[in-house]
Amino acid sequence: MIVTMILNGKKITDEIAADMTLFDFVRKHGCYSVKCGCETTNCGLCTVFLDDTPVLSCAMLAARAEGRRVETLEGLQKEAEEFGSFIADQGAEQCGFCNPGMIMNAIALFRENPEPTDEEIKQYLAGNLCRCSGYEGQLRGMHAFIEYKKNGGAACGK
Amino acid sequence: MIKIRELVKVESLEEAWELNQKRTNKILGGMLWLRLGNRNVQKAIDLSDLGLDQIEETEEAFSIGCMATLRQIELHEGLNALCEGLLHDAVCDIVGTQFRNLATVGGSIFGRFGFSDVMTAFLALDSYVELYKGGIVPMSEFVKMKRDNDILVRVIVKKCPGHFAYLSHRNTRTDFPVLTVAVSDCGGVKKAVIGARPGIAKLYEIEHMDGETAKRLAEETPFQSNMRASDTFRRHLAGVLLGRAFAEIQGKE
Repeated sequence: MIVTMILNGKKITDEIAADMTLFDFVRKHGCYSVKCGCETTNCGLCTVFLDDTPVLSCAMLAARAEGRRVETLEGLQKEAEEFGSFIADQGAEQCGFCNPGMIMNAIALFRENPEPTDEEIKQYLAGNLCRCSGYEGQLRGMHAFIEYKKNGGAACGK
Repeated sequence: MIKIRELVKVESLEEAWELNQKRTNKILGGMLWLRLGNRNVQKAIDLSDLGLDQIEETEEAFSIGCMATLRQIELHEGLNALCEGLLHDAVCDIVGTQFRNLATVGGSIFGRFGFSDVMTAFLALDSYVELYKGGIVPMSEFVKMKRDNDILVRVIVKKCPGHFAYLSHRNTRTDFPVLTVAVSDCGGVKKAVIGARPGIAKLYEIEHMDGETAKRLAEETPFQSNMRASDTFRRHLAGVLLGRAFAEIQGKE
């Protein structure tokens, strides 16, 4: 079947199998930040934005994204770089495998709720698993980022 | 692994129903549970284009389309104001935000899963399912019905103000629940629901919300053991969670 979607701002039309997942589709089109960690829809590594809403690309058929806007970390470079530097400052990423999914979902949280409480952060990011850290580094990075934004931080730099 | 030969985006419920009469065809909800099984699907039936992803409010009820997501019921202000946040509390620990943005109300209810937080919560409300051929059926009857090839079109929640409480116990925050409990007191009807026994949730209409009732329900409810907990632990938990839920409701009265 033929599917057309806007992937990171670029219109893409491709012939795909009916059971191709959105995860396989975005990887096929060069978005290697999107990874599959669990295959049981639990780890959050495959998070992409579908019309600005974070979803698990491993659990969604590419055909269901027909006519819709899909964004991966590659498409959010400035926003991701700005936030990611705060996570790196805390040494929170360690092996780094979970980081793209974590950053995607954190960006979704900050877009919805620019000044979340600790409980709201934990609740929103509960579907992003990190096996290296105890999440304290990420939480510190997020606190620093929120403080920076509150003080009028500009994009791409501290 | 699920294999799908063809995806059909249907244009009407009748088309979906006709396709769904064949065993090898399957209606897709959020596909989160379905994809974990081994299945060869000839035609996957997608209801996404039927406008069933909205929560509509009338004077008497909320009507939740089968393709509305768990995240929508988690965040819906009117619905959660009616049930004092019961639906929010029931779904907020289901995996993660991205998961709940995909998981549908229709898929969660139609499956009548034993582990379902969603079913436990809706049973405590004055709720109904609208089936395409079967019409409107109370949730308490639907939960006992044999699975068939009908289509769950909407979940209807009647506006019956009252007091509500939802509690669950999980080994880790985003895991399946070890036990779920929902309690309501609305329109003079008191209900207690015990789910994740690990069987399908059981609904009781009760007269009093006290320690005696909590103990009696915990004793008479059938529980089983699985990898998450033993039947003995579940029975003990049921008494504790019911007692807490009753106390929460009494605190609101």
